[in-house]
Amino acid sequence: MIRKIIAIVLLAVFGLILIPFEKALDAEQKAVGLRSVAINLDLRERLGQMGFLAALSGFRSALAAVLWIEAHNAWERTEWGRMAGLFDTVTTLQPRSLLYWDMASWHMAWNASIAAIDDKTQPSEALRIRNQRQYIKLGRDYLKQGLRNNPNSAFLEERLGVLLRDKLEDHCEAGQAFLRASQLPDATPYIARFAGYELSKCPGHEQEAYDLLKKLYDEGPEQRKPSLISNIKELEKNLDIPPADRIDSPEP
Amino acid sequence: MFTRIATIARNTFTELVRQKVFYILLVFALAAIGSSIFMAQLRIEAQFQMIKDVCLGSMAIFTSLLAILATASFLPNDSEDRTIYTLLAKPVPRFAYLLGKLGGIILLLLLFTLMMSVVFCVVLWMREQSALAQIRQEFASAPAEQLQLAIKSVTDATFNINLIPGILLIFVKAALLAALTLFISTFATSALFTVMITAAIYFIGHLQATAREYWLQGADIQWWTRILIALIALLFPDLQAFNLADDMIAGAAIPWDIFVKTFALGWLYVAVYASLAAYVFAGREL
Repeated sequence: MIRKIIAIVLLAVFGLILIPFEKALDAEQKAVGLRSVAINLDLRERLGQMGFLAALSGFRSALAAVLWIEAHNAWERTEWGRMAGLFDTVTTLQPRSLLYWDMASWHMAWNASIAAIDDKTQPSEALRIRNQRQYIKLGRDYLKQGLRNNPNSAFLEERLGVLLRDKLEDHCEAGQAFLRASQLPDATPYIARFAGYELSKCPGHEQEAYDLLKKLYDEGPEQRKPSLISNIKELEKNLDIPPADRIDSPEP
Repeated sequence: MFTRIATIARNTFTELVRQKVFYILLVFALAAIGSSIFMAQLRIEAQFQMIKDVCLGSMAIFTSLLAILATASFLPNDSEDRTIYTLLAKPVPRFAYLLGKLGGIILLLLLFTLMMSVVFCVVLWMREQSALAQIRQEFASAPAEQLQLAIKSVTDATFNINLIPGILLIFVKAALLAALTLFISTFATSALFTVMITAAIYFIGHLQATAREYWLQGADIQWWTRILIALIALLFPDLQAFNLADDMIAGAAIPWDIFVKTFALGWLYVAVYASLAAYVFAGREL
């Protein structure tokens, strides 16, 4: 019995010695984006008792995968509300996964919004349009929340830009999103051009768009796509750029 | 002394292999292959994420279960079939017996993790090849830049160097659980008791960091609650420190120094639990 008590006391002493190290390691892991999920009551409510236990026990990613498959099944049955609830849980479990934010946004802004506008059970067109916009905004909110969790993701900024451009026709915000994406290290090569195209449609930002597109044009033939040239030519006319400063590529 | 420990470890390993624990690998392979077939209906990037989630999640479950169940049973089994008396009657110190047993189990866990990793990599590679073939077909007439981007999106989503530290931490966590189970089994009365207590510690261990923060922050709580959370913080391992595979699947990278510290912490726990187990076992009446 005495040995057992001594062993427990020794274990506690070891724990005490280890606390500063464990605390520092915890902080270091969190600083680089590991251990990113907060175990709290909100998560408990979303997951239910067994799910919460699984998430607690280190099976967070596996649980997120199972719930994602459930969301996929809900999609096949066009249960949009249920899908949104499952997406909330999955993104809470795996906030660092860009794919989950992107797919959740795509399902809401594209699939659910189109289903809402085509909803035969809703006779009022005004309500159908309202529902459609709500789903699009829900999709946008997923991307914004994803960006709060992954602030330097060029991928999510790009997806946000595409959604704002194609679904909300908010060219100013889309341009800003593309611009932010283009300044991040893992940006795709065409994204800076997209920023210029969108800013050229944003009132008051034409000069900014022109400067950006002209800079890209000056980088060389790689960037001189037909859309880039026609956008610059359009801006040259609108901004009264002196003929000597205009680009010499022919109109595509 | 080392030869004795190695002999016991080898025998323990052989015993466990004869118990056909590798059939679990079949279940794992089925889960991996099955999930990859089912996920063919998802978007390509989603398929890879799901395969990684399912495979690494299964690896964590199977290695933890194996570590607890295999370790919990060996002391009662050796007592029941009297092997322990025959062994300890020879010039084999008790700590050498325990270390040998633990060594055998850790060896099994290592082999088990390696084999599951191979199955995982093969499934992921096969899926990658079929995705690449599909992309080459779809982008046959597209500009080279687009094809390269599409191929890159697939290769980026499949094999990632960060998966290796993630898998190694799954293994070290299983080794820690084996050592912890060994420590508990030295004063337990049955294998069932050991399994139940270790399972409870497993769950509490995942909350240890929360208890530690609460305790260290000096929140305004009743004295007995403070003692309770202090005990949790002091007596239980911080198992969340080893659950980094979830974040690594999602794309987070683990810096080398943090990995080394976490890996070393795991082995420190193994060493401490094994030492305490040897200390308790030395005074145990057989």
